[in-house]
Amino acid sequence: MPPRVTIIDYGLGNLFSLRRALGYLGAEPETASTPREVEQAEQLILPGVGAFGDGMRQLRERGLVDPVRRAATEGVPLLGICLGMQLFFTESEEFGRHDGLGIFAGRVGRLAATAASGEPVKVPHVGWNALTPAPGGLPWERSALQELAPGDSVYFVHSYVPSPEDGAVTVAEMAHGGHRYCAMVQRGAVVGCQFHPEKSGAVGLRILRHFLGLEG
Amino acid sequence: MIRVIPRLDIKGPNLVKGVHLEGLRVLGRPEWYAERYYQDGADELIYLDQVASLYGRNNLAEIVSRAAERIFVPLTVGGGIRSVEDIQRLLRAGADKVAINTAAIKRPELIREGAHAFGAQCIVLYIEAKRRGPGTYECLTDNARVRTGVDVFDWVQRAVELGAGEILLTSVDREGTGLGYDFELVATVASLVPVPVIASGGAGSADHVHQVIAEGHADAVCAASLFHYAVVGEMQRETEPFEEGNVEFLRGKLPISTLGRRQIQARRIPELKAHLAQAGIACRRAPADTVPGALCRRA
Repeated sequence: MPPRVTIIDYGLGNLFSLRRALGYLGAEPETASTPREVEQAEQLILPGVGAFGDGMRQLRERGLVDPVRRAATEGVPLLGICLGMQLFFTESEEFGRHDGLGIFAGRVGRLAATAASGEPVKVPHVGWNALTPAPGGLPWERSALQELAPGDSVYFVHSYVPSPEDGAVTVAEMAHGGHRYCAMVQRGAVVGCQFHPEKSGAVGLRILRHFLGLEG
Repeated sequence: MIRVIPRLDIKGPNLVKGVHLEGLRVLGRPEWYAERYYQDGADELIYLDQVASLYGRNNLAEIVSRAAERIFVPLTVGGGIRSVEDIQRLLRAGADKVAINTAAIKRPELIREGAHAFGAQCIVLYIEAKRRGPGTYECLTDNARVRTGVDVFDWVQRAVELGAGEILLTSVDREGTGLGYDFELVATVASLVPVPVIASGGAGSADHVHQVIAEGHADAVCAASLFHYAVVGEMQRETEPFEEGNVEFLRGKLPISTLGRRQIQARRIPELKAHLAQAGIACRRAPADTVPGALCRRA
C-alpha cells in the first residue's frame, strides 16, 4: 500500500511541487481544506508560503486550527514546511504581532539584516545552506534527519525564522550572515522544516521519504 | 552559499543558444540538459523562452511540467509572461518562480500584483542590460530587440519596492560571448538592492564565475554556454538528431568555437564548484545519488 499523506490546502502557496515530490517517492498525496478531512488524515503536511498573519487567518476561517493542534497532540505524523513550520510556534512579529498554533513554544522573528561582521545581509534569504546539529538539540539519529550527514544542504526561501524556547526540540541549525538560526524542529511525530525539502534535491527527498515512513 | 544556475534558453521544443541573445542555434532537447544538470548538482534551473510561446505548440508550461516530474530543485521560468494568470499557469506547471522583463517594464504594477498573489519570492525581475556609456545601462526587452530608455539602476530599485524578490541580471553586451561577466554592472546592482542578484551573461571560464562573485558580489551565478558545451557531445551521442530550427551546429558543420566570440572553456558543474571551493567560495555539496529514480521509486 502506498502511504497516504494529506496536504493541508489553506490557500497559501504552491502545492504542486510538494505533490510531485511526494508522488515521486511513491506516496499518494491528497489535499484537505476542511476540518473533517484533516481529522481523518493518517499523515499531515502543513505547507505554506506567505505572511504569518494571513496563514493563521486562513486556517481560522477554514476551522482548521483545532484539528491541526489535535493532530499534533494525538501523535499523527505532522510536517510543517516554511510558513507551515513557523505557524507551529506561539507567535510571530511579521507585520505586527500574531498568535500561532502554539504547538511549539517560541517566537518567529525577522532574519538579521546585518551580519555579525557589520556587512548588510540579503533578506529575504534565498539559497542553499548546510544543516548542522544543534548543540543541546535532538540528536539526528532520533530525528527525521537520521539518513543525513551534517553539512548536507537544503534550500531556503524566507525572511523570518522561529526561535524555540526549548532548545531540545531543535534538530538542525543553519548559518546566514554569520548568525545561527533554527532550521528544523521535531517533537515526537511533529516535524517542522524552515527549508523546502521538496526543492532540496536528493537530501530533501530523503527527509520526505523518512517522514512518510518509507524505508531507504 | 553561492548558487550555480544553468540557464536554458528555449525555442519551440529545443534548447538554443545565441550570442547577444541573437542568432539562436539548436543544442538539443531541454529535458536532456535539465536532467544532466540536476544530476550534476545544479542549485536551480532557469528556463527562458526566446519566442514567448506560453500558449502555442510545445509551450513552455509543458516543458516545465515534464521537468518538474523529476527535478527537485527550484525552477525559474520566464518568457512571454503578461499577467497574473500567466504566472499562475507556470506555477501550476511546476515553476517555483517566474522571471518577468517586458511586461513589467510596460506595466510595473504586474510586479506588485504577482508579489501580492504569490509572494515576492516568486517574482524574479529579469533585466537585459545594454551598456550605453561609463556607468550607464539601458533596459532592453524582447530578447534585446527593443529599447526602452529605462535606466537599469533606477528600474531595479523601483521593481524591488514593488515586490520583486530577486534580480536576474543579464548583460546583453557579454551574453554568449564568453568574455566574462560585466562586474561593474553586477556590483552596482548588488549594492543598490537588498534582494539577491543572479549574474548572467558572459561566463567563458571558471575564473569568470569566481570573479563575478568576488568582485561583482553576485549572490548567484547563471551560465549557459559554459555548461552546455561541456555536455553537448554526450547529448549528441545519446539522442536522435533534430529537424527543427538551426541545427547546423548539431550536424557538425559548425565548430563550437564559432558559437562564442572566443573559445569557451566549458565546465561541468562539479568541476566549476570544485574550482570555486578551492578559491574559498562555499557551494552546495551535491550528494552522489541525485540520480532521479535511484532513490526509492516504488511500484
